[in-house]
Amino acid sequence: MSACGHGSGPTRTAVAGRKTVAIVGPPNSGKSTLFNALTGLRQKIANFPGVTVEHRSGTARLSNGVEIEVVDLPGVYSLDPRSEDERITRDALRGDIPGVPKPEAILLILDATNLGRHLMLAAPVLATGVPTIVLLNMADDLRKRGGGVETEKLARQLDAPVALVSATRGEGLDTVRNFLAGQFAVPRPVELPVLQDVPRCREWSARVGARAGYQAPAPPLWTRRLDRLFLHPAAGPLIFLGVVILVFQTIFTGARPLMDGVESLIQLSGAWMGNRLPDAWWRALLLEGVWGGVGSVVVFLPQILLLFFFIGILEDSGYLARAALIADRTMARAGLQGKSFIPLLSAYACAVPAILATRTIESRRDRIATILIAPFMTCSARLPVYTLIIAAFLPERPLLGPILGTRAAALLGLYVLGFLAAVVTARLLKSSILKSDRTPFLLEMPPYRWPTPRSLGLRLLDRAKAFLRRAGTVILCVAIALWFLAHLPLKDGKAPSIQNSLAGMLGRTIEPVIRPLGFNWKIGVGLLTSLAAREVIVGTLGTLYGIEAAPEKAAEAVGFEKALQKDLSPAGAVALLIFFAFAMQCMSTLAVVRRETGGWKWPAIQFAYMSLLAYAGSFLAYRLVHGGF
Amino acid sequence: MQMGVNKRPRRRRTLAELRRGEQAVLERLDLPEDTARRLMELGFLPGQMVAAAGSAPGGDPRVFRVDGSEVALRKETARHLQVRFSD
Repeated sequence: MSACGHGSGPTRTAVAGRKTVAIVGPPNSGKSTLFNALTGLRQKIANFPGVTVEHRSGTARLSNGVEIEVVDLPGVYSLDPRSEDERITRDALRGDIPGVPKPEAILLILDATNLGRHLMLAAPVLATGVPTIVLLNMADDLRKRGGGVETEKLARQLDAPVALVSATRGEGLDTVRNFLAGQFAVPRPVELPVLQDVPRCREWSARVGARAGYQAPAPPLWTRRLDRLFLHPAAGPLIFLGVVILVFQTIFTGARPLMDGVESLIQLSGAWMGNRLPDAWWRALLLEGVWGGVGSVVVFLPQILLLFFFIGILEDSGYLARAALIADRTMARAGLQGKSFIPLLSAYACAVPAILATRTIESRRDRIATILIAPFMTCSARLPVYTLIIAAFLPERPLLGPILGTRAAALLGLYVLGFLAAVVTARLLKSSILKSDRTPFLLEMPPYRWPTPRSLGLRLLDRAKAFLRRAGTVILCVAIALWFLAHLPLKDGKAPSIQNSLAGMLGRTIEPVIRPLGFNWKIGVGLLTSLAAREVIVGTLGTLYGIEAAPEKAAEAVGFEKALQKDLSPAGAVALLIFFAFAMQCMSTLAVVRRETGGWKWPAIQFAYMSLLAYAGSFLAYRLVHGGF
Repeated sequence: MQMGVNKRPRRRRTLAELRRGEQAVLERLDLPEDTARRLMELGFLPGQMVAAAGSAPGGDPRVFRVDGSEVALRKETARHLQVRFSD
């Protein structure tokens, strides 16, 4: 047993650095479920240093009190280094990624109901020489469908411990913990195939499976029944449409009461603080800058959680793969693949989670194209701006009887405009700089499964943490900076009038640039502050007009609308709407794009393109409408 | 693998021509190595039986059952997978 030369003895593991183990497995083998079952709430999400592939790590506590670091690696079919995920998995197993310790053991998780094919991954994993336990997941499903395997025989073939587990039910996890608590041994399998030769690997796995008495299970009946419905030529698309509408409606209307709740909570706590703090400049900063700025973003937390709740159900149940299949042709027309559909759908709530959701797209070019067009989809931050301007300039008249009025139609038109901009941009990108190397669309259809509350809960917790962390860092800094700009330079120890503040001066500096669009300096300041987040323009204009109004209520304030009508001509209002439909006014989106694309190149291109389009679009709109008057 | 002169060329077809419920034996993948490898890892190995299942409206992309899994392929990819109908 040459393998026991290092790392033996409980003192080292318990006192000195923790042991690290890695979970490796093909997509849909239950890696995340196993990871969640082992680590519970003691987990964190991070990117691998230097690359944008996300990984999770967490701590598993064993019965003897020892803690072990568990790293969840990307789902892979092999360790062939040609794709990014697989190269990272291979490098991580070798300890070649700085900052990620070389794992002392591997938990190889395979789908027991599809062992013939999944066992192929065991060959390269065992060949790394890292001690490995082979976990045959979905053991309950295998039995139910009449399959079986003799684990001792398989263990002898692979020279590694083998266990049948069911990660969702917690079955067999004691075996995993015992393995982690024990001493690790390097596997010496009876035979290994030539790893580069896929047919040989498949022959090997068939041979090993046969020697271990593997009986493949009967086909999943319920999955086939459900697919007959969900992929039915007529019913399928209808159900799909129903699901889209349901998700849409709920994200918009269902989240409203919760968002109102959060908002009043923020206002109440702000008022409570305001009454108790001394009247000093930092009180105003705290209330207007921090509470007003960060608070207006935190309001969107319920909406984002609701969105991820739906994505979680759709993904965990297996329906998302079918939705991507049905949407593929529409996406193909824009030069994108079906997997772009879900991120674009979620961009209607906010571009940030949408860009995070593009991680499921393997082709880097398709992923970047999707990231670049996502901010064109009408996000919820545009709503207050649209509502305010439409209400101020467009009289309400029925268009289609009571169903559709002029204002709602205008709003709908802006949504369509954003979608068209996205599709046209996608076509442009895909036929030029992001011309695809024709990565084929390969989508595995997993069997349908019940989503578990635990996995959904953990998902939401992850997202809530990530969202609040961002609100507490980037958004907080921007809010404070804006507040200072509007209150400096001090004159005789007093803040200047807004016109003479740094913000006011900035507005008047850019006025010549935006005058051709029909905007004056006040709108200019609004445009500048809305670079941080679109809805900020509403609050900014409110301050400029000296009207105290929350962004959402601003539209109803008659004084606000009157003031806006004085500042903007009808042509200027149309131009402003077009500007907001196209412009990239969102720091968080740019920050996320930078992180996800691994540099400033793409966010810079995106910002330039969208700004140019916004400027040209609103200039044209202003000329056209102005000419008509 | 023997191919030789094909007496009945109608019997040699591509996966794209399979209709729902039909099955055939995969013969060859006429695709760049990377793509072919990716497909083989998903189960599309020469000699495997492939069955056509459901599809998106219009028949493209289509789901294929192969080696215990279901994988959706666009027609443009399936067209490059040569199949032989088993008798």
